[in-house]
Amino acid sequence: MTTIAIDLPRNYATEENTIVSWLFTKDHKRIALLFFASITFFFFIGGFAATMIRLHLATPGGLLQPSVYNRMFTVHGVMMVWFFLIPSIPNTFGNFFLPMMIGAHDLAFPRVNLLSWYVFNLSGLVLLYALVMGGIDTGWTFYPPYSTQYASGYVFAAALAVFINGFSSIMTSLNFVVTTHRLRAPGMTWLRLPLFVWAMYSVSIVMLTATPVLAMDMFLLCVERFIGVGMFDPSRGGDPILWQHMFWFYSHPAVYIMILPAMGVVSELISCYARRPIFGYLGMVMALMAIAIISFFVWAHHMFVAGISIYSAVVFSLLSFFVAVPSAIKVFNWTVSLHKGSIVFDAPMLYALGFVLLFTIGGLTGLIVATLAVDVHVHDTYFVIAHFHYIMVGGTVSAFFGGLHYWWPKMTGRFYPESWARFAATLTFVGFNLTFFPQFILGYLGMPRRYYTYVPAWESWNLLSSAGASILAVAYALPLFYLGWSLLYGRRAGPNPWGATGLEWTTPSPPPTHNWELTPTVKLGPYSYNPEDGSYITQDGVKHAYV
Amino acid sequence: MPMSSRTISPEIQYADLSQQGDTAQLGMWVFITTETLFFGTLIFTYYIYRILYSHEFDVAARDAVLWCGSANIGILITSSLTMVLAINAAADGRRRAMIWWLIATAALGMCFLGIKGYEYNLDYNDKVVPVANFEMKPGEAPAGELFWVFYWVGTGLHAIHLTIGVGLVLYMLLWRIRRGEITPDYYAPLEVVGLYWSFVDTVWLFLFPSIYLVGRS
Ligand SMILES: [Cu+2]
Repeated sequence: MTTIAIDLPRNYATEENTIVSWLFTKDHKRIALLFFASITFFFFIGGFAATMIRLHLATPGGLLQPSVYNRMFTVHGVMMVWFFLIPSIPNTFGNFFLPMMIGAHDLAFPRVNLLSWYVFNLSGLVLLYALVMGGIDTGWTFYPPYSTQYASGYVFAAALAVFINGFSSIMTSLNFVVTTHRLRAPGMTWLRLPLFVWAMYSVSIVMLTATPVLAMDMFLLCVERFIGVGMFDPSRGGDPILWQHMFWFYSHPAVYIMILPAMGVVSELISCYARRPIFGYLGMVMALMAIAIISFFVWAHHMFVAGISIYSAVVFSLLSFFVAVPSAIKVFNWTVSLHKGSIVFDAPMLYALGFVLLFTIGGLTGLIVATLAVDVHVHDTYFVIAHFHYIMVGGTVSAFFGGLHYWWPKMTGRFYPESWARFAATLTFVGFNLTFFPQFILGYLGMPRRYYTYVPAWESWNLLSSAGASILAVAYALPLFYLGWSLLYGRRAGPNPWGATGLEWTTPSPPPTHNWELTPTVKLGPYSYNPEDGSYITQDGVKHAYV
Repeated sequence: MPMSSRTISPEIQYADLSQQGDTAQLGMWVFITTETLFFGTLIFTYYIYRILYSHEFDVAARDAVLWCGSANIGILITSSLTMVLAINAAADGRRRAMIWWLIATAALGMCFLGIKGYEYNLDYNDKVVPVANFEMKPGEAPAGELFWVFYWVGTGLHAIHLTIGVGLVLYMLLWRIRRGEITPDYYAPLEVVGLYWSFVDTVWLFLFPSIYLVGRS
């Protein structure tokens, strides 16, 4: 321990390094790491459930009791959506780097930030309680009247967990919005913000606007389930479809809560590893905001067969197509940013390129399911499952790992082993496609989601999917080992190992407690890379040669 | 009480106190936005059912105790006035006036809660508590029970918010002001509490007519 303390400059992690100092820290960087620990834990619980699902579905005969299978896919959904994907990038990288990228010493409300972590863990504990006591089998969507009247199990506790979880989302996103408005360093104008900051800003707006609606929805569900009133019970005048409207008013934007941060990460990665300015910066900003806004006007595309009127279905189908426009702008701009770049195929870039490809497939199949007539056929089939996993897993999780590798030297002061990382990135891509592409075919053939068995004719596709899942599991577990190894034995990293332009790279690695002695002054926008010789200008105006 | 106020320095992430105060206010405004959506969803849902079952709701709503709701809206609007007067006094450095206006605000808030509690008692005796103590009266329909679900959820959540508001005012009085942390140069914490207070007041401005007045002619 003493050697480490001597080697590394005093930084946020080593300064006053006691358990109490970590648990009561107000430093945004430490809180980011605390969130890292929490979401990794929940990721592996959700991942365990996913493993059980794929093991079970490898053969039509199955492995689990039907009631256990139902509990597995519910746990998988609830854990992955609210306890991993939604907080994944904002609460970790956002927490760590948003203040550094805008030249601030911390977030606006550090105590609220810490409280957010405690509330998040509290909600996780409530959910774990529900699981240990016997689980829930409603699916992550909690549709009444099943969830309120018929479901056995701990629906109340699980819904309460989601309700509490929302407070954490709101606290963190409120902090981000206010920090971006008020704590930018001198010279950091709105149009000089890195796209990652814009992504955090837009996603925070979506979280702030959508989460309270889900909160009220869950609250009323809890009231109905706990007290036994008929809020959504048709036999007593309630309307179960109303619940679905409110649920999707949150949960469609929730998809963008998961993908917008990933878009921000990928924009940073692509420009850095192609040594090129991002193409169409303003268009990228507009696209982020457009996606955030349009996301609120498409929710009923989840309810085409739930008995809504045909006219409203047509309108929501059309509105859903509009999302494709800003999404396509982003994909085109990333692609053009690569053109004539001098591309470095390091692990973060591999993850980023994987993201673009998988996001494109997920986005294009989104158009298919948004088409009213086609959706009647593929609704609630594995086609939909494959579609949203391409976005959330192929997209968001790839970007999460890309960002993790890219910022690893900054967070820890150490390099990760490059060849292992490239291997894991490639394996992720291969395993992911093997797992989920067969599900497009299965869905198109008509295999419904959430059924615990299927006809024998679909066995080979299911087996292929399960085999792919085992590769994916290895690819996700690998970084745990080599990143853990690099914490102790990795090569020391300098302040700016990749030659990137953001302000976060102008501090030592790892950064000191309050990031800067003096607030930096910003001289120019992000992404001043020169593809000819790789040279770059950091946002504080200093020109560097590429090493 | 110590009469001299201590020097307050901004937190590390702020350049000066005015930036810190500004930011705190923006934070409260953003929070109020989320609260608006929270209550907005409830009121929206309420009106969907109100339109769906307009007759049943009209009949059920006649059992709501009008004088309690009306007295309470008067009390809350007055309390917003005293809150603003307290902030004005803080800005002018009139310390005693600030304290008295804050005491008046907290007292009015508690007065509201007292009347609300009394009203809940009347409601219980009137058998309009869904599930726990509910009886359909002649001429009423099952959907009328939904009105009372909204009544209890809406007024209950509002009462919780108001209780927090009273707590915040007391925290200002017994902690921040006593310790001399509210000065004419820096009274943003008081303004933040004032914003919250006025928001809770505004919620009642929407709940009151929706519950007590609609369809009552
Ligand atoms: Cu959707």
